[in-house]
Amino acid sequence: MEIILTCFVFILSLLLGFELINKIPATLHTPLMSGTNAISGITVVGAIISSGSGDQTASVILGTAAVVFATINVVGGYMVTDRMLTMLKKKPKTSER
Amino acid sequence: MNISLLINSIYIISALLFIAGLKMMTSPSSARLGNMISASGMLIAILITLLEQGIINYEWISLGIIIGGVIGVVVSRLVQMTEIPEMVAIFNGFGGIASLMVAWAALYPELTNFNIRNGYLVGSSNTMLMAIIVMSILIGGITFSGSLVAYGKLSEKIPGNAYLIPGQRLISSCIVFTLLFVSYRFIFGYATNSNEFIAVIILALMLGIILVIPIGGADMPVVISLLNSCSGLAACTVGFVLNNNLLIVAGSLVGASGLILTNIMCKAMNRSLKNVLFSSFGAVKLTTKTIQGKVKQLNIEETYLMLEAASSVVIVPGYGMAVAQAQHVVQELTVLLEANDCEVNFAIHPVAGRMPGHMNVLLSESNVPYEKLVEIDDINRQMPSIDIAIVIGANDIVNPAAYNDKNSPIYGMPIIKVHDAGIVIVLKRSMASGFSGVENGLFFGENTLMLFGDAKKSIMNLVAEFKS
Repeated sequence: MEIILTCFVFILSLLLGFELINKIPATLHTPLMSGTNAISGITVVGAIISSGSGDQTASVILGTAAVVFATINVVGGYMVTDRMLTMLKKKPKTSER
Repeated sequence: MNISLLINSIYIISALLFIAGLKMMTSPSSARLGNMISASGMLIAILITLLEQGIINYEWISLGIIIGGVIGVVVSRLVQMTEIPEMVAIFNGFGGIASLMVAWAALYPELTNFNIRNGYLVGSSNTMLMAIIVMSILIGGITFSGSLVAYGKLSEKIPGNAYLIPGQRLISSCIVFTLLFVSYRFIFGYATNSNEFIAVIILALMLGIILVIPIGGADMPVVISLLNSCSGLAACTVGFVLNNNLLIVAGSLVGASGLILTNIMCKAMNRSLKNVLFSSFGAVKLTTKTIQGKVKQLNIEETYLMLEAASSVVIVPGYGMAVAQAQHVVQELTVLLEANDCEVNFAIHPVAGRMPGHMNVLLSESNVPYEKLVEIDDINRQMPSIDIAIVIGANDIVNPAAYNDKNSPIYGMPIIKVHDAGIVIVLKRSMASGFSGVENGLFFGENTLMLFGDAKKSIMNLVAEFKS
C-alpha cells in the first residue's frame, strides 16, 4: 500500500513540475538547468543517513562518497546559478538620448 | 515530540520552497531570489536530516560535506560561461553517481537479512525493494557514465563528432539482455553471490557509455537536457528506496524540467528524440546539391558605411561567436550603433549555444540586457522591416534550405529568416559548412554580403571605424 502512496506523490509532483517549467522563458533555461541540477543534489539527504549510520563499513564509505558528490552538486549548482542570474540585467534606463 | 514527525514536516516546507523557487524562475527579475529560496529549502532539509535517529556518527558526514562544499565553491567560481555546458554535464553525472551509491548502500542492511538456502542468497522476500534498488542503480549508472562521455565531448577531450562503433546495435542489445538477466536473478533472489550485484552496476555504466558515444556534438543540447532529467529521476528512485517523499518530489521536479527542455531542443532541431539518440546525424546521406551563385564580398569600410546608415539591426549569434569570444566586442558595437540612433536586437535560436539558453547567458555576461534577446518567432515577424541582419558564427540556424529544400537533412527545422531582412551581412571565417555538413544557400543570396575573416577581429575593426 505504501508504494501506491509514494507513486501518488511522484505522479503529482511530476505533473506540477511540467506546469511550472513550461512557463519559464528561454532566457532562463541555462540557469534553470544548473538550478535543477542543484535540486537533484537532494540525494545528499539519503547520503547523510547512510554515511552516519555507522553500522556497516561499506554503507559508511558509500554514503560518505555520495555526500561528497551530492554536495558538489548542491553547492556548485546553486552558486553558479546565482552567478548567472546576477549577470541578467535590465536595459539601463538612460535619458541621454 | 516525535522526531520523525518533525523531520517530515520540515521536508514539506523544504519541498514548498523548491516549488516556490522554481515558480520565481518564470521571470528574470525574480529568478535570483527564487534560486536563493530553493537553496534555503535545501539547507533546512540537510540540517533537519542530521537529527535523524539512525545517525550515530557525524565525522564522516562533516568530512563529506566539507570536501564537496569546497570543490563546489571552487568550481562555481572558476568556471567560464562558455564552459557551463560541460559543468552541467559533469554535475548531472555527480547526481547520478551519488544516487547510485546511496541505493547501493541501502542494499547492505538488506544483505544481512539474506539467508543462504540451498546455496542461493534468498532475499528478505522484499522483491519490490530489490526491484527499486536495481532501478536506481540503472538510472544512476547510465546518468553517470553517459554524462562523463557528454562532458568529454563538450570539453573536446574526446572527439565530438558522431561516430558509429561497428556492431553498435549488437553490443548494446547484448548489454541490455545481460543486464535484464542479472537484474532478474537479483530481484527474485536467485543470485548465489552478492557480487552479482556489481555486475548490474558495471553493465549500467557500460550502457551509459554506449548510448552517448555515437551522438554528435551538435546534438549535445538534447543529450544534456535528457541527462539532467535522468539525474532527477535517479534521485526520485532513491526516494522510493528510502521511502523519502522529499527526494521523490524534488527528483521529479528535476525530471520534469529536463524532459521539457529535451522536448524544446528536439523541436528546435525538428528531430524526434528517437532520431537523436539512435541515428547519428553524420551517418545521414547528404544530398550534395551544389548551390550555384555568386558570393559577394565586403570589406570593413563598406560594412561600416552600411551600418552607419542603418536604423534597425538584428544580430544573429551562433556558437562560433562564443568560440571566438567575440560577445564582448559585439556588445561594444551594439552600444556604438545605439548611440548612432539605430535599434539593435539579438535573435536567439534555441540551439544557438551548446545547451538550452546558453547563448542568452553568454550575451548577458557581456552586459547585453535581456530585453534585447528576441526569440525566433517574434524576430521572424519583424524581419522584413529590419535594415541589416548580421550573422556571426551561425550557419545551420539561418539556412533557408530548412524550408525550401525538401531533400535537405535539416528540412523542417525552424530557422531565423535573416534573408527577409533588407541586407544580410555574414561574418565567417571561410565558406565551410556548419555542424550538420549542409551547404548554405544564404551565402549565395541576392541580398547577402560576406565579410570573411575572424569574427572577433572584424568586429573590433568595425568598432575602431565607428570610434574614429
